[in-house]
Amino acid sequence: MKDWIAITRFDDVPRQGSRVVELAHNDKLNRIAVFRTISDEVFAVLDKCPHRGGPLSEGIVHGGRVTCPLHSWKIDLATGEAVLPDKGCVRAYATKVEDGQIYLRLA
Amino acid sequence: MDTNMPRASDSRLKLVMVGNGMAGMRTLEELLKSAPDLYDVTVFGDEPHPNYNRIMLSPVLAGEQTVEQIVLNSRDWYAQNGITLHTGKKVAKINRQARTVETDDGMKASYDRLLLATGSKPFILPVPGADLPGVIGFRDIADVDAMIRASSEHKHAVVIGGGLLGLEAANGLKLRGMDVSVVHIGAWLLERQLDEPAARLLQKNLEEKGLKFLLQKHTAELVRGESGRVCAVTFKDGETIPADLVVMAVGIRPNTELAESAGLHCHRGLVVNDTLQTFDPRIYAVGECVSHRGIAYGLVAPLFEQAKVCANHLAEHGVARYQGSLTSTKLKVTGIDLFSAGDFIGAPDTESLVFSDAAAGTYKKLVIKDNKLVGACIYGDTLDGAWYFDLLREGTDIAQFRKTLLFGQHHLGDSGHGPAERVAALPATAEICGCNGVCKGDIVKAIRDNKLFTLEDVRAYTKASASCGSCTGLVEAVLAHTVGGDYSTAPSKKPLCKCTEHSHDDVIAVIRDQKLKSMDAVFQTLEWKTPDGCASCRPALNYYLLARWPGEYVDDAQSRFINERAHGNIQKDGSFSVVPRMWGGLTNPSELRAIADVADKYQVPEVKVTGGQRIDLFGIKKEDLPAVWKDLSDAGFVSGHAYGKALRTVKTCVGSQWCRFGTQDSTGLGVKLERMTWGSWMPHKYKLAVSGCPRNCAEATIKDFGVVCVDSGYELHVGGNGGIKVRVTDLLCRVETEAEVMEYCGAFTQLYREEAHYLERTAPWVERVGLAHIKAKVVDDAEGRLALHERFIYGQQFAQIDPWKERAEGSEAREFQPIRITA
Repeated sequence: MKDWIAITRFDDVPRQGSRVVELAHNDKLNRIAVFRTISDEVFAVLDKCPHRGGPLSEGIVHGGRVTCPLHSWKIDLATGEAVLPDKGCVRAYATKVEDGQIYLRLA
Repeated sequence: MDTNMPRASDSRLKLVMVGNGMAGMRTLEELLKSAPDLYDVTVFGDEPHPNYNRIMLSPVLAGEQTVEQIVLNSRDWYAQNGITLHTGKKVAKINRQARTVETDDGMKASYDRLLLATGSKPFILPVPGADLPGVIGFRDIADVDAMIRASSEHKHAVVIGGGLLGLEAANGLKLRGMDVSVVHIGAWLLERQLDEPAARLLQKNLEEKGLKFLLQKHTAELVRGESGRVCAVTFKDGETIPADLVVMAVGIRPNTELAESAGLHCHRGLVVNDTLQTFDPRIYAVGECVSHRGIAYGLVAPLFEQAKVCANHLAEHGVARYQGSLTSTKLKVTGIDLFSAGDFIGAPDTESLVFSDAAAGTYKKLVIKDNKLVGACIYGDTLDGAWYFDLLREGTDIAQFRKTLLFGQHHLGDSGHGPAERVAALPATAEICGCNGVCKGDIVKAIRDNKLFTLEDVRAYTKASASCGSCTGLVEAVLAHTVGGDYSTAPSKKPLCKCTEHSHDDVIAVIRDQKLKSMDAVFQTLEWKTPDGCASCRPALNYYLLARWPGEYVDDAQSRFINERAHGNIQKDGSFSVVPRMWGGLTNPSELRAIADVADKYQVPEVKVTGGQRIDLFGIKKEDLPAVWKDLSDAGFVSGHAYGKALRTVKTCVGSQWCRFGTQDSTGLGVKLERMTWGSWMPHKYKLAVSGCPRNCAEATIKDFGVVCVDSGYELHVGGNGGIKVRVTDLLCRVETEAEVMEYCGAFTQLYREEAHYLERTAPWVERVGLAHIKAKVVDDAEGRLALHERFIYGQQFAQIDPWKERAEGSEAREFQPIRITA
């Protein structure tokens, strides 16, 4: 699965906010959080904190990071890695924006 | 200059540091954090070792730790961070015109900025024989090696100086098997840290360990033996005692030789300003060599505060100021606990509280001035030392708990943790932080493995005391116990978060005084270090702006925690709970029917009555929330704000309408209060209650604002809390009419909204500012009270808009709608 999938309009994701994408693929439902930062960069990670599975999409977005609403782990959105001293990693997905449309790639 | 841009190495500025000790290295660490690419760094140290923890020399001498264990930055660390390290090199000369330094063996280095961290030297008494072999200070690894060597070859040790360092040296030498005498010029030991009764207890304790003491003795001469080594000490009264080893621990002197030779202004230390800059603007200085506002510090906490400020300026951020430190003292002799801080001797205008139990070896003296703690001296059980130090530093009003102050924090009724067991005696499995489930062993391991010094670091690594904070004292005690007591306490002014140097109070004042009405304005005016803050400061700023500028500042949904953004409580499975408001806890059959219908329609898995007399619907999917709210809204409900830092509920009892004991209409008054206060955002959750008689069935005396009705009117109580740390309210005043209750309630609530720190409940706020302050504003000043009340009512017109109804009508729809795609 190497194709770019159109997700949503760029304008439909609030700045410093997120949207949740429920992506059904091969009978599997992926819950993916798509973020837009203060500088209008777009990132996507699995909507599941590596700590206790909290919904990252509900966190506060600051710089290129999100803070998980359950126990305040900070996740770097570009890599999916937890910010030290916490250790862990959530899957990050490639994204691109073309003509105001956000695309995401599963693999 | 933009310091965030990576620099090519040839365009980097050159930073040279002289002195490879703790203060200097902490400065470099702070600098690397904020501007890793600004400088090429070269470090000169005259000892042959990389940076080690000088505080821990005493445990090394006592045989409790090894030299390897106390190394803070390994040689690999320097290499990994691109720092050129020259050990065993003594810088002998600074050429300020050419901007170079030169070592005594001719090595040269040029600098753009120079950091002097040359530390201090032990003061050697100018008596005959002071230069004999076998006479040393207690300052570095070489001294410790010399003492360990002497202990295996010789018998008699004399330590001159009964201060902290001297006693630690004496204790270590005794443990190494030597016969140790401590010579002290004063009438009692540690006269700068202890008063006489406490010092006597200490002396007794140390004598039981086998140390000998010679007080009020003036050293006259150190006598040379046949071998050429020192063999005895003679005093001015003619007495002579044998000595194969003499340790001089009579104080330290800032090591300013190099600075003076370069013509830098020195006066009892190398003189620096509040930015740690010397009189040559290219030259900075930190640590024990420095004299700041006339004080040279010798403890690690102030030095680390200096390091932080100095790094800020070296990184060209230019916003931090060092304004001096309050220090506290602990002695690192295993099995002996003493703590002192501030002015513990007292003066004619102070009062002293003293607790003394010589048989149990416990002594406490607290010095109080104008209802504030100004000094503390404790011997024996020092578990509360950190708490007293906090009260002292924050200038907390202690009038309310003066009677129990001597007995420590636990006597305030803290149910968050058990009795004051000695931290040292706790097993590794003992839970210290209940909120985050952190055990003592986890904390000790994190401190050891990561070489942590500060409470903030321990919080970052372990999350201990990072939530409710009630175990802060215990965590500090574990930290003190693990790193040996001389740990760095929190800075005197706590920054709001890591994005800024400014405190909550600074931010509140600047928003008010400079009329800042947007988050960007705050970031710019106060020079925030991050482009858009973090999950700690953004919600705080959003609240401060909203509370100060109602109707002008536009609430920022992206700066709110999810509960407040989605107007429901997020549960651990990601679903939400919904609590409709029931005014004063009153309801009726049609409301109950509407709630039952919603529960059926959305298959709500659980329905529960809350502690605040409301009904909670659990397990609702986020995307169903707007529809649920629409049904509730159509039935006349508004949001209960059970999810917010906001007015939660007004709990009531039935009152005079039904109850045979009721004195007033408590239910009716509760409804009126809830109608007035609902919808308002607060620094933290805020609860009210009205009880119809002193039997107090509505539990008004553990609420933020509680009313207890009596025959003659109403008692108003404030600052109660039934949560982690139970606190009974303080009586604010008595009033006669319902109209007065409403006005006082509005005024008190507004004062809390304007002055408390974000996430500070009324209970700690009242303790911090003191009830007297609140009475002055809300009770004594009628005009001020009315103004506060009016500001509250003014703000309410913008706040009392039901968020559920708005969202049921389609506002913020995308917050609740997932995007569904099949690929």
